Amino acid sequence: MTVSDLKQSYPDSPKPKINWARIEEAEDFANTVKLFRQGKYDEDSFRRYRLQHGAYGTRMTNDYAMVRIKLPAGEIYPHQLEKISQLSEQFSIGSAHFSTRENIQLHWVILEDVSEILRGLSEVGLTSREACGNSVRNVMCSPLSGVCPDEEFDSTPYALATARFFLRNPLSQSLPRKFKFNFTCCEKHGMVRMVDVGLIPQTRDLDGTIQKGFKIFLGGGLGNKSFVGYQLEEFTPEEDLLYTSIAVLRIFDRLGDRKNMARNRMRYLVNDMGWEKFQNLVLKERAIVRATQSVVTRLEVDPTPSIIKRPIRISDESGSSIPDGYARWLKTNTLKQKQSEYNSVFITLEAGDITSNQITALATIIREFSSEGYARAGFVQNIALRYVHDDDLSRLYSKLLTVGLAKSGALTMAAPIGCSGTTSCNLALTNSHRLAKEIQRKFLELKLDQDDDLRDSSIKISGCPNACGQHGIATIGFFGGGGRVGKEMYPNYQMSLGGRSDGETMLGATCHRIPAKRVIPVILKIIELFKQNKKSDDTLKDWMHRVVNGKEDSEIKSILDIRKALDSFTIPPTKEEDPDFYTDYGSDSSYHTKTGKGECAA
Amino acid sequence: MSQEKTVKTTTDIDSLRSEIRDKSTRVIDVRREEDYKQSHIPTAVNLPLANLLSDDNPERVLKLVNAMGIDDETPVVVYDDTFGALASRVAWTLEYLGHSDVSLLETTFSKWKSLGLENDNKTPEIQSKNHSIHLKPEILATSDYLETSKDKPNVILIDNRERLNYLEQHIPGAISLPYRTLATQDKILRPKEDMKRLLDNRRISGNSEIITYCGSVGTLSGLAYYALKSVGLPNVKLYVRSFKEWKGLEKPIAKQQDASYWDLSAE
Ligand code: HEM
Ligand code: SF4
Repeated sequence: MTVSDLKQSYPDSPKPKINWARIEEAEDFANTVKLFRQGKYDEDSFRRYRLQHGAYGTRMTNDYAMVRIKLPAGEIYPHQLEKISQLSEQFSIGSAHFSTRENIQLHWVILEDVSEILRGLSEVGLTSREACGNSVRNVMCSPLSGVCPDEEFDSTPYALATARFFLRNPLSQSLPRKFKFNFTCCEKHGMVRMVDVGLIPQTRDLDGTIQKGFKIFLGGGLGNKSFVGYQLEEFTPEEDLLYTSIAVLRIFDRLGDRKNMARNRMRYLVNDMGWEKFQNLVLKERAIVRATQSVVTRLEVDPTPSIIKRPIRISDESGSSIPDGYARWLKTNTLKQKQSEYNSVFITLEAGDITSNQITALATIIREFSSEGYARAGFVQNIALRYVHDDDLSRLYSKLLTVGLAKSGALTMAAPIGCSGTTSCNLALTNSHRLAKEIQRKFLELKLDQDDDLRDSSIKISGCPNACGQHGIATIGFFGGGGRVGKEMYPNYQMSLGGRSDGETMLGATCHRIPAKRVIPVILKIIELFKQNKKSDDTLKDWMHRVVNGKEDSEIKSILDIRKALDSFTIPPTKEEDPDFYTDYGSDSSYHTKTGKGECAA
Repeated sequence: MSQEKTVKTTTDIDSLRSEIRDKSTRVIDVRREEDYKQSHIPTAVNLPLANLLSDDNPERVLKLVNAMGIDDETPVVVYDDTFGALASRVAWTLEYLGHSDVSLLETTFSKWKSLGLENDNKTPEIQSKNHSIHLKPEILATSDYLETSKDKPNVILIDNRERLNYLEQHIPGAISLPYRTLATQDKILRPKEDMKRLLDNRRISGNSEIITYCGSVGTLSGLAYYALKSVGLPNVKLYVRSFKEWKGLEKPIAKQQDASYWDLSAE
């Protein structure tokens, strides 16, 4: 009840620039569900329709849905958070999930209630349209775009314009498969080579005038089989951004594999055809697009910068003391912006989960502390609050602490990613979601978030080979499967090492199969091996890079040496010795694999 | 009362204020005694829910009702500070006794106060009255009744606990409608049109017999009882002893299998 009161006391909070919603779609969804229940809609067409509107099926049941709310460029405003908090309480489980692709997901929603969520979202200008299915998925942008010290210019307006152009566009309604755009700020932040289209802003000097443009990467992506993308050309001027995007989508639409669901992402097309051929095709197609657009098609880039206005202090708490843990949090959760005196503060969640009460509290905190008045979703199931003034940081920390959002380690290895796994996904073999939470708890308990040697490394976990948890680009990555001793099964993970998604992007190298209940000791063992063998200013990431590339000269020379050192962890005890070994996290009955029909390709 | 009369389930703030002024209505505050003593809506009497639940036999309820100065004709409005759930349980008990004019204040006491509306700490002088007993078994479901009727095609069983609790265990055949779904930000129940649309989507409509239940004493499901009545559904029953009794009697329980949904909760 306090929420609506609060809302009234912030009359000049900024409004979103774009309304992504269409209220008619909520009504249409409700009617379509009715027709489907009456048997007037066949399963397949209904599934396609449901996915197009952003609702996935749920583990072992299609009576429940997961609703995926898109946050184009990651932007989320306080009143939108308040609405999502309400919707989560009313129609979901009282928690929501921040995903790796800047979506917020509501799980275990009754199919018949999805339309009510769509209705609620439309009141605040949000949509889940084309968040699933064979469409242009949420267009991502780095949470640091606009504030990153290393960027050439802010790519956010281009990400928003791209999202607006393709949403509900006939061109993207029935692609062979899903299609993802990632904009970023610089080489370091973001994942441009592991996506269908990845873009880094850059400029060039053209006879004394500075021209804006992008470095565009095509044909990468993670999955059952992952590929690293290729750079299209040296420099793509901004006028060509839309033509290039349309050209690529048209080629994919025309030539993409529509039959073989397991191989129909664009990266397979690029791989089968060979990069040079594909590259030529794109350049030719772009020339055609440019020449045949009867009316000049342009991206509607809105260059108006956000208004930066430091919120007025409501109460003066300068006398109050700074709570414990502040220095640790400051070190592991905040970054200095290119704008002096301002900081970006990262809020780390447990595997992306946040309660509805915390979401409501977050809305108030954004209004009180962010000088731009809204927040951005990050790439690792987290949230960034930007434009926080130096003098407000300690107060912000105290506030976050009171609502349980001040966990440290946001920008470190202590913030692992775990996909939904057996909590809700039909294809899951293990509870990757809970494992990520367990690892985080252990890391924070051991204060490993404060270890500078580990800071730029990452842990990412998927519940099956499909890579939603992005294990392939983790320093230490895992995907789930089942292990077997005689008739007994136990949860198991395939571990890969040395993956990364920056300028030297590479996929992790397969190392060993690690039983679920041995994953934490194994990670700690790897850290121990690193500490024993590292050069003085090595980070785990650097060291691992040398090891997996066979360039390390210490006792651990290759991934095989790591493998050997871990052998003892992989031997299953008998069920009598250790019954816990045979259960997965979050379950007390003995482990068995069970999967339903996957919808990733639908 | 004739069946035709649309049931009044909630009383809006303005109506209650004028009813207080002309003293035509008995207002019941169901919060704890300490809270009541600090401040309450003027003229309200206190009947803490716990007091009622300590023994809700009709004979005892009758005594309580008489002592609150309520006879068959007295309009009654009930409020709480728990999104209407506790008030609903008290209102339902009066209805079960045979009282026909009882409704819920549309909002909570906190909201009432935050709007700056009148409140005081005076305990009103009450003249005891004589209420009759005309029990309404048609709004009550017992476990035996539930067991024999829940699988009939025309019966809809609704679980009003939170979704995760429902997934973990529920009465077989029940559908999930968490109590949070029923309210808006400022009112204990959604506006009628909104509620109707939501229930229609769920195919909760027409002349089905509807039975609601929740965790233990019929509060959350009491609210649902009034939510369903608010859209004019004619045949609603409250399984007042709810899941706690059902489990205690070791009756069958259903569960959403093979998924670790609890691990999605950030609680
Ligand atoms: C063959 C099937 C699938 C493939 C190949 C696939 C692929 C991917 C990939 C590569 C990502 C990482 C984000 C990115 O960089 O693109 C992702 C994210 C995600 N996918 Fe899938 N996906 C599949 C099926 C599913 C299913 C069935 C679900 C559950 C309904 C699901 C839920 C998610 C979620 C929730 C994320 C975000 C990760 C998080 O924050 O939890 N995916 N998917
Ligand atoms: S990686 Fe597998 S288990 Fe995890 S969400 Fe994707 S499909 Fe499901």
